[in-house]
Amino acid sequence: MSIQIKQISKQFGDFQALKPLDLTINEGELVGLLGPSGSGKTTLLRIIAGLETADQGQILFSGKDVTNLHVRDRKVGFVFQHYALFRHMTVAENIAFGLDVLPKKQRPTKATIKQQVAELLDKVQLSHLANRYPAQLSGGQKQRIALARALAMQPRVLLLDEPFGALDAKVRKELRRWLRNLHDELGFTSVFVTHDQEEALEVSDRVVVMSQGQIEQEATPQDLYQQPASRFVYDFLGGVNVFEGEAASLKSNRLEQGKAWVAFPDGHKAEAGQLYLRSHELSLSNQPSAIAHLPLKIKAVSLIGAEVRVELEPLGWQSQDLWDITISHSEYNLWQPQRGNTCYAHPQAGQLFASNTEHQPRPINWQQGFALIKTA
Amino acid sequence: MSNHKTSLSKVSHQQRIGDQPWLRRLLIGLAFLLVGSLLVLPLIAIFAQALSAGLNIFWVNLSDKYTLHAIGLTLLVAALTVPLNLVFGVFLAWLVTRFEFPGRRILMTLIDIPFAVSPVVAGLMYLLLYGSNGWVGGWLMENDLQLMFAWPGIVMVTVFITCPFVARELIPLMQQQGSSEEEAALSLGASGWQMFRRVTLPNIKWALLYGVVLTNARAVGEFGAVSVVSGNIRGETNTLPLHVELLYQDYNLVGAFTSATLLAALALLTLVVKTFLEWRQQQSAS
Repeated sequence: MSIQIKQISKQFGDFQALKPLDLTINEGELVGLLGPSGSGKTTLLRIIAGLETADQGQILFSGKDVTNLHVRDRKVGFVFQHYALFRHMTVAENIAFGLDVLPKKQRPTKATIKQQVAELLDKVQLSHLANRYPAQLSGGQKQRIALARALAMQPRVLLLDEPFGALDAKVRKELRRWLRNLHDELGFTSVFVTHDQEEALEVSDRVVVMSQGQIEQEATPQDLYQQPASRFVYDFLGGVNVFEGEAASLKSNRLEQGKAWVAFPDGHKAEAGQLYLRSHELSLSNQPSAIAHLPLKIKAVSLIGAEVRVELEPLGWQSQDLWDITISHSEYNLWQPQRGNTCYAHPQAGQLFASNTEHQPRPINWQQGFALIKTA
Repeated sequence: MSNHKTSLSKVSHQQRIGDQPWLRRLLIGLAFLLVGSLLVLPLIAIFAQALSAGLNIFWVNLSDKYTLHAIGLTLLVAALTVPLNLVFGVFLAWLVTRFEFPGRRILMTLIDIPFAVSPVVAGLMYLLLYGSNGWVGGWLMENDLQLMFAWPGIVMVTVFITCPFVARELIPLMQQQGSSEEEAALSLGASGWQMFRRVTLPNIKWALLYGVVLTNARAVGEFGAVSVVSGNIRGETNTLPLHVELLYQDYNLVGAFTSATLLAALALLTLVVKTFLEWRQQQSAS
């Protein structure tokens, strides 16, 4: 079932939770709504489910207007962040609930319900817990039961509100792969809300980034990562270092702040703005280069994991946050930077957001321009 | 830093206040003395006085026609008050915990009025409003409806006095439980009634019963407000607590205490049920 959202808006008192927005979700798609808290993503999800009513606008399921349809008649599966299992019912009773409350004429026989519950429990691999109560389950188990309960009604749309938010990191990873597989197997349309960019990028077919009740960008995970449309998206995806500067008066391709500067490759003119550099799009050395003079002082070095993470503080120039740069272990072994050392960062690729516009950023790639030339 | 640590460990080796054996014994002894002389002894005295003239007289007093009528009226008041306040309390708790609307906070404060107002004042308010000279009472008189100095008035003030008990028990619990289970039930296709009966009610049942027990105890035992609106007509508008006072004023001590044993027995029963319900509530919460 496809979902069409037309000019939906919502206000809570003085707070504009959603500004009028449009969004189309295709049949069989898995869409992640990504944003910080207060961005309106959960409100949007609850409006799609019918748990909240929109002030204005329309919701269509497969072209049919469901704006005024009650939640019980929309036949969507909804999974809550804190599971919302019925605490006084066993796992089996929880899963059977949707079938049990059907009107007599449509309700399957007791034996059929029992069999369907058994099948669902099998699907979520928790058959041995059928007679337990929710309080006796772990968080991951609870969420799988909540999913099984929603799936019992064979919904064509599955909505998940921060489904893995309350789980620990390992279980979360496992469950989101499992959700992806389940989605592919059963072919329903899914929308899930998350504030975890890694989760959104890993699971979704398409990511919708929201902020302050608006859609900032909708794109595939690849496009989103490679071409963030705004400063907000860039910031929110994380791991980014910002160099703010003015165009140098003498050398037109230099962005400078005090004594620190970055030289753009041939064909790029510098203009006042912010240069966004991801932590893996920079290299470090103990000498400045022809393309950048960005002195930094090492605050911390973390060798754990596949890469070496270095935390740095600007020396003689300003940045709102500390810089994070990841380098390979072999790069690290070349000169073994230590805490307290002074070093220099060299950009390889980045995006320039010009100060005077809110438009698309300008991608800048140094490797095309010229190779790293180290000056003595 | 190290200084701080040593001073902390010193403190933990010191005895806590009240750890000396003699002080502990003194305090425990004092507590028992107070509970004994203020609570237990009077309770025993009621039963001792009631039975002082022998079991026979006790039965005679108990089967007195006015006493029987007082028992009947008290039960009637409780039987009407409890269901009314049960429904009212559930509705109110539902309203203030599940919906956001202007005036919600004020409403939650207003629930406590019966606790804040002296019962006598509550009785007077009703008398002024619904009595024959009152704003509404005049109109009622013209239509031949008597509320004050009759059983409907007694029920009205009792409902007023006891209306917070159920709501006060439910509101914190329902706030803490949140509405997501109910939303889950709706999203699975349950009707409003199915949601209430199969999800909401099982979740609140122990707190609800607890509220009902408290409501019942208060409805049966209420004196102040009822005494203002009842008119103390023997065999007509006399509830059990009022009856006790009337007998006492008649110098019928044994009779007064006999009726009092009924109220005391009910109080003891309430305590037992209340303790059980509290225990059940803790069980279901964990």
